[in-house]
Amino acid sequence: MTEKISFRSVSRTYDVGGQPFHALRDVDLDIADREFVTVVGPSGCGKSTLMNIAAGLVDPTGGEVLVDSRPVHGPSPERGVIFQQYALFPWLTVRQNVEFGLQIAKVGRAERRRRAQHFIDLVGLTDFADALPRMLSGGMRQRCAIARAYAVDPGILLMDEPFGALDALTRVQLQDQLLATWGSERRTVMFITHDVDEAVYLANRVVVMAARPGRVYEVIDVDLPYPRTEAVRLSAEFSQIRNRVWRAVYHQTSSEGASL
Amino acid sequence: MWNVLAVVLGIGVWTALARAGVSGLPGPQAVAVRFGELAADGTLLDDSLASLRRVLIGFALGSALAVPVGFLMGWYRTARGLIEPYVQFFRTIPPLAVIPLAILLMGIGETPKIFVIFLAAFLSCVVSTFQGVVSVDSTMINAARVLGANDAVVFRRVVVPASTPFILVGMRVGLGAAWATLVAAELIAAQEGLGYRMQQAQIYYDLPSIFVGLITIGVLGLIMDRLLLAAEKRLTGWQERR
Ligand SMILES: Nc1ncnc2c1ncn2[C@@H]1O[C@H](COP(=O)(O)OP(=O)(O)OP(=O)(O)O)[C@@H](O)[C@H]1O
Ligand SMILES: [Mg+2]
Repeated sequence: MTEKISFRSVSRTYDVGGQPFHALRDVDLDIADREFVTVVGPSGCGKSTLMNIAAGLVDPTGGEVLVDSRPVHGPSPERGVIFQQYALFPWLTVRQNVEFGLQIAKVGRAERRRRAQHFIDLVGLTDFADALPRMLSGGMRQRCAIARAYAVDPGILLMDEPFGALDALTRVQLQDQLLATWGSERRTVMFITHDVDEAVYLANRVVVMAARPGRVYEVIDVDLPYPRTEAVRLSAEFSQIRNRVWRAVYHQTSSEGASL
Repeated sequence: MWNVLAVVLGIGVWTALARAGVSGLPGPQAVAVRFGELAADGTLLDDSLASLRRVLIGFALGSALAVPVGFLMGWYRTARGLIEPYVQFFRTIPPLAVIPLAILLMGIGETPKIFVIFLAAFLSCVVSTFQGVVSVDSTMINAARVLGANDAVVFRRVVVPASTPFILVGMRVGLGAAWATLVAAELIAAQEGLGYRMQQAQIYYDLPSIFVGLITIGVLGLIMDRLLLAAEKRLTGWQERR
């Protein structure tokens, strides 16, 4: 198993009113190539911080992150990020949003157009390719953000509660779509969520984090076959793992007397 | 539809007031007659062109400088630290208060008038542009960076379009400020222009001419504002509106 992303005793402290605040302390985590890892944990335990460090948008105050054995310095199109707030460019159409990264990569016009169309079709936005983001529903915006990230063909996808704001039905559809493309294109995915079911349904491994200081609390393997189907979702094994994750998230034994 | 009604009502009230004999107020008819006279002998057109020219040059120079300076202030902390105190200081001085100084330094030609208008437009527009750059959503910038954008690309393709609505609002405010300053600048030293004409009319107690001047200024200002509004609609139609 080759490591795609390695967190090596990563720490991040913030100065809060003169006091150091440990958003993350000594996080060690290896994510294998083509693995799908989900991260859950109580609010404020440092999930977004961890992901932003991997993305190169936030610098760690201690330790380092290696991607393909090289330390991360700043963002790179090799690590695609999907933000919770979609972060589409509202002045660009769906197609222009999807072509944004390709333009920066100086992909030729025709090829750019073709690739963008492919991913727009893939996420089911064919009829809205020339619409502006303000005309799209939340789920459609998120699909556009996914197409935009896919289009530059990153080896790694970092997703921060991407489906958090969506209704249950759209959420399930996007989960299945995500798994389908992950299955066919085989990227490494780090996916943050606060939904225990979602964490188990998607992942090879679930990383449970704890707060104060932000740290890895427990890593739980999900030995369920892909493709994940409704049958898997309703199986006894699934609910067993789900219960384990649930307990790890909601009944954490606190390390510094602080509890959440 | 309602606008038309409002205009009709307004003229009605005006007529009634004039009929009632409010101290020397000319009725719409008298003003219309004077309007015809001034339009026929070309005075009105010449005055309007002279005033428009001053406003447009001052406004164009003011916003042309305000946009890059606003961007500099928003983008570079150093630039902001260096420029902001001056902008804030000069903003507290009404541009009209600069007129005496401008006349002393630049004479009584076109330069001081245009300069004062320029200053008014610049100060209104620069603050708004700066606000626009500062308030660009940082996730939007991060989204561009993770797609491979360097600082130059982030600036050109995210910061500029994201702050366009602010710039256009600033330009509209700047245009209003330019008009407001124009008349005062012309009241002081000019040989032609709508403000000058009104001052002359004041000397001769020629109320209809003053009304013609006022209405012309109002209408021209409204037209220019509407043009900018149309540009704003076109350029910032992507915005979500409540
Ligand atoms: N710029 C900052 N300055 C100070 N504190 C910060 C900053 N960014 C994050 N923090 C703190 O670090 C901690 C972790 O934040 P983070 O956003 O990573 O949490 P999270 O696990 O993603 O939470 P959520 O589930 O609510 O999104 C929080 O307590 C937060 O207050
Ligand atoms: Mg978060």
